[in-house]
Order: sequence, then structure tokens, then C-alpha cells
Amino acid sequence: MELLLALPVVLPLAGAAATLLLRHRHKVQLWLTILTLAAILAVAIALIALVPASGVLVLQIGDWTPTQGIVLVADRITALMLLVSSAVTLAVLLYSSGQTVAENSERTPVAIYHPTYLALVAGVSMAFLAGDLFNLYVGFEVLLASSYVLLTLGGSASRVRAATTYVIVSLLSSVIFLSAIAAIYAATGTVNMAMLAVRLDGLQEGTRMVLELLLLVAFAIKAAIFPLSAWLPDSYPTAPAPVTAVFAGLLTKVGIYAILRLETLLFPASQLSNLLLAAAALSLVIGILGAVAQTDLKRVLSFTLVSHMGYMLLGLGVSTRLGMTATIFYVAHHITVQSTMFLVAGLIEQRGGTTNLARLGGLAKAAPVIAVLFFVPAMNLAGIPPFSGFIGKVGLVEAGIAYDRPAGWILVGASVLTSLLTLYAIAKIWNRAFWQAPSEDVIANDHPVPRVMTGATTALVAFSVGLTLAAGPLMTYSDEAARAVLERTPYVSAVLGDEAAGELHYRIDDAGEKVVER
Amino acid sequence: MSVSLALLLTAGVLIACGVYLVLERTLTRVVLGFVLLGNGVNLLFVVAAGRPGTPPFEGTAEPSEMTDPLPLAMVLTAIVISLGVTAFGMALAYRAWQLFGHDEVPDDVEDRRVLRRSRRRSGDADDLPWSQALSEEARRGALRRSQEAGRPEDPLGDDLSGAEDVPQDATEADEGEARPARRPAGAAGARDEPDGPEDPGGPDETDSAPTTGDPAQAPGAGPAVETDHHHRDGRGEA
Repeated sequence: MELLLALPVVLPLAGAAATLLLRHRHKVQLWLTILTLAAILAVAIALIALVPASGVLVLQIGDWTPTQGIVLVADRITALMLLVSSAVTLAVLLYSSGQTVAENSERTPVAIYHPTYLALVAGVSMAFLAGDLFNLYVGFEVLLASSYVLLTLGGSASRVRAATTYVIVSLLSSVIFLSAIAAIYAATGTVNMAMLAVRLDGLQEGTRMVLELLLLVAFAIKAAIFPLSAWLPDSYPTAPAPVTAVFAGLLTKVGIYAILRLETLLFPASQLSNLLLAAAALSLVIGILGAVAQTDLKRVLSFTLVSHMGYMLLGLGVSTRLGMTATIFYVAHHITVQSTMFLVAGLIEQRGGTTNLARLGGLAKAAPVIAVLFFVPAMNLAGIPPFSGFIGKVGLVEAGIAYDRPAGWILVGASVLTSLLTLYAIAKIWNRAFWQAPSEDVIANDHPVPRVMTGATTALVAFSVGLTLAAGPLMTYSDEAARAVLERTPYVSAVLGDEAAGELHYRIDDAGEKVVER
Repeated sequence: MSVSLALLLTAGVLIACGVYLVLERTLTRVVLGFVLLGNGVNLLFVVAAGRPGTPPFEGTAEPSEMTDPLPLAMVLTAIVISLGVTAFGMALAYRAWQLFGHDEVPDDVEDRRVLRRSRRRSGDADDLPWSQALSEEARRGALRRSQEAGRPEDPLGDDLSGAEDVPQDATEADEGEARPARRPAGAAGARDEPDGPEDPGGPDETDSAPTTGDPAQAPGAGPAVETDHHHRDGRGEA
């Protein structure tokens, strides 16, 4: 049963090798990729069914002792992240299979698209499953290296331009991460996260803070948290729509997932919570102001992405049980919705020939299906009831109110303001692109949109509505996950045994306070 | 734990040089900077491994006398990763050189646009703030300026990679202001046409340089050969 944990990493890597060998047969390549991703989805469903029953699953690769070898760990959060990410990656791949047919594909080196995509999936799964810091680093590197290739597909001028910034910023965050690992190893003598949880508790406050800050900066660059987010709106919009969709949905969330582990397992309820809250508020407000100022659809969406990272950071900052629950729920919601929005942007581009809002118009009449597909996730993103975005935001606002400190109230204000401005940005897109008289571009560019693309987008929209319908069970699930994460002992005892778990100094109580156990 | 000062100093020097190079404007130097940074950080791992001891083979010595092999294994992994990423960075620099004739890291689109707009509003396009003037000078050199004496100078207009590469180049504030007709956004967001309807940088130059393999255009040949050859994609392709 534990062997299942290896599959989300091994399958896509094997698939990448196989598709690379089959690079001259596009059809076989495509079907192999679809099969691999479907298999990962099946594994993720199995995991999400197994984990609540049997607790945290741990796989020691090669039967090494956990502190020496590689460990893969799946608790409730991991299982949920794997489920959502595999659903999104499968849908996006189906979508892109339609797009490569539609685009003039002799320019794009399709042969490397599928292997790289699968390597990206392997990296994302590895980052979610990693039980030690160094493996997390390798997972990050795998997904980043694949993302460099995907971002520069075709090597056109604008993509090379965008990728230059992206590669440099990502490399910088990797170097910071690597030096943080070196420092942590020097301080504790281990990189295993469960072991670290035990040993870091015993360090001096100053050392802890330096180590935490190093890791936080590295992860915050990846998660595009405000002062470190400028690279994102500059690089994402130039990539092909499906690539942007995967990046926006998954890569930033991997960063948030790493911050979640950092703030709970490694450094519970740290002294930096005010810093996190300030970053959250700034991300929320400045990100959304950026979105309001843009007139290109993809850039608007990129800025809302930066802005909404603030919501997830809010829950991590208050670190109460309610905040954690809402954050976990919100991450699942946001992966789905943000990817869907970028896929719809791709549909609009396919139909209207551009994503510049000044040149779009009248799509509601010209392409009613796209209008519906845009409307549902857009309302979801803006947090209109009854969609899952609303539920997640209510949870976060409640957590902010219950926090009952000035910082909490400021954040409640910032999140409500952001929610309203998101609605404004969405309404602007709707007004410009879907209402008004059809623009010249829309009339001139009357290609039918491939059915596969519409179908894949519809599937993702349905998945996001499904998250809304299943919000009750999902909240209960997230609540259980949050409880285990704040407690810390389930994770540590699953990896190292109960004895080590007894050595933990701290845990976080439901109100987000650090409790000294011994 | 006692630490080797020599190792720490070497790591410090490597990291310092790396940071200096990363702050440079050309991608090749940035990549070299990251190589140095990576090596410096790898040395930190060697420091973290602690005192050197006997080789870590089972049964050859007491475990307490052995070198800690784990950080060294990590260093090996990190070296492999940085090898791959460096190769990619070099390829990117080469591609940038093919396309633009240089491999300078471009400004943020947003920054450039805000600056251009404020310049247009205030109407003093030539009156650069000194920091901007300095960087333009440093980047392009006086040689180019003397060669293009007859040309209207808008340092942002003929920007490094050309604003026209980026289809998303307008905000709400831009609307309503007089702005030059922009080329149609590429069909796939970035798929630029080989030959645009207008070329801000003098069509004769672009046409006379179908490939960038000309040795005279090597980046080392001086700052005179630069920018403005917006070799849109496909130009330098084999």
C-alpha cells in the first residue's frame, strides 16, 4: 500500500522517458501521456481514500533508515494536493492536445512538449510527497527545469525575453534554498523533516529565526508573495495558454505548500507571523491594484494570482485551526479556478485572436459557450456565493476576525477590499470582451474552437463546481488535516515512531498559540 | 564543531563574486555568476559535513571517525542540477543573441511602460533623470550615439528587446493618449510575424542582416552593433 506513494513520481518520469523515445509518433506520445496522467489521478484518488483510514503513509525508498535515505510521506494535505493537481494536469493536457492541432504546429517542437510536461508533473508530485528538505529541493528543481523549457517553447522573441527574467529569479530562489539546507544541516545534522521538527525545537531562538527566514524567502519567491512577486506577471502571460494554466495553478501552490510545512512542522507558530500577515496584506492589495490597471486578459489574471496568494498566506499567518482549514480548502479551490481561468483565456484567444481587452468585444453573442465557461470560474474567483471561492473566503475572514488583533482586522479589511476589486476586474473583462458590439478582430477571426479544448475546459469548470458541491465534506477533511498539522505529532510519529514524537517541544493549539509540551 | 576557515573564506569569496556577476546586465555573466554562487554554496555543504575523517566504508573504521557522507551526496546532486541549469542558461543566452544581437536582461515591461508614459505626459522626452541617462550611456556606449547622430533619441522606444515583442503593452492609462499604432498581437500570444507592418528601427538594417552569424556582430565586437535589429523569431534559425 505504501508503494502507491512512489507512483506519482515514478510514473510520470517513466512516461517522460517513453514519450521522448517515441518522439516521432505524436499520436502514441499523446495517448501515453494521457494514460500516465490518468493513472496518477487514479493513484491520487486511492490515496485520498486510504489516508484518512490509515493515517499518515510513509515510504522509505530502498529501505534505508528514515534519517539517511529518501522518505516519501503522504498525509491528508498531500493527498488532497495530489488529487487536485493530477485532475488539473490531466485536463490541461487534453486541452493542449486540441490546441496543438489548431495552432500552426510546425513551429512548436511538439516532440519535447509531452516529456517536459510529464517531468513537470513528476516534480510537482515529488515536492508534495517529499519527506526531507533536500528531496523537496530536488522536486523544486525538476519542476523548475521543466518550466524553463515549457516557457520557452518555440523560442520566440517575447518568450526568450520573459524566460530570462523567470530563469534568473528562479535560480536565485534555488540558491537561497540550497544555502538554507546547508545551514540547517550544519545546525542539526539532518534534512529529514520529521527529525528536523524534533531537533529544530531545541535550537536557540536566533538560529531558528535565521534558518526560517532563509527558507521563507526561498519559498516566497516561488509562491510569488508580494515583495518577491514582480517576476510573475512579467513572465507567465507570454507562455502558451495551457502552460500558463499549469504554472498558475500548480507552481505557486507548491510554494505555498512548502510555506505551510515550514510554518507548522518545522517552525510552529513562529515569531514571524506578523511578517507573514504584513506580506499577505500587501500581496492582496497591491496585486489586485495591478490587476485593475491592466487591459490584457492574461495579465489581469496573473495579477489576480499574485493577489490571491495573499489569502492563503493570511491563513498561514494567523495559524489558528480555522485559518489552516480555510487555507487548505482555499488552495484546492484556487488551483482549480486559476487554471480554469487561464484555459478560458486561451479559448478567448483562439476565438478572438487576441487577449487584449481593447480589441475584444461582443463575445457573449459570438461565442456563448465561452461566455458561460468564463462566467462560472470568474464568479468563483471573485468569491460570489454559492461558489467555493466564497466559502473559502468566508472561512479566512472568520479566522481573521477570531484572531482579534489589529493585524487580523487589517487583513479582514484587505481581503474584503480585494474581493470587491477582483469582482471589479472581472466585471471589466466581462464588459469589454463579452458585451459591446463585436470588434473587428472577433469578426475577422471566426475560427471554430476545437471541441477538445472546450470539452477539457468544461471538465475543469465542472470539477470546480464539484468542489463547491462537496464543500461540506471537503471542509471536514481540511479540518482534520489542519488538526494533524498543528498537532505535529502524527507526522513525526509516522516517520520516526512514537518515541521521537514524544521529544517534540512545541505544538500549536486551536487558537494559533505555541504551546510548550515539555 | 570546529570549522575550516579556509573553506569558509573560499565560499565567501565565491559567493561574493557570484553576487557581483549576477547583478550584471548580460545573461552570460549572470549565468557565470550563478555557477560561482552554486560552487560557493556547495562548499558550505562541505563545511556542514564537519571534520574530515576516514572514507565512509562500512567496517573500515569506527563510524565516529568517518567523514559524514550525506552532505557530500547532496553536493553531487546539486552539481548535477546546476550543470543542467547552466546549460539551459547558456542556450537561452545564445538564443537571445540570435534574436536580438545581444543577451542583455531586459527591463520589466511594466517599469518601462510607466516610465515612458510619465515621460510622454511631461513632454520632456530628452530630459532623462541622471540614473537613467547613466545606464543608457553605460549600456550603449558613446560610439553608438555618435553613429546615430541624426536619429531622434528615445532610449525607451528602441528598447533592448523592443516593446513590440510583447503584445500586452497597454494599460487603461495608456488609452486616450496618442500612441503609435501597434502591431497586431501575435496569434498565439507571442507568435510574432517575421515581418511586421512597421519597423521602428529602420527596415534597411533589418533586411541587410538576415542572419546573425556575422562575426562582426559578435557581442564582443563593441556596443555599436546593438538593439534595433529586432530579428523577430525565425530570422536566425537554421
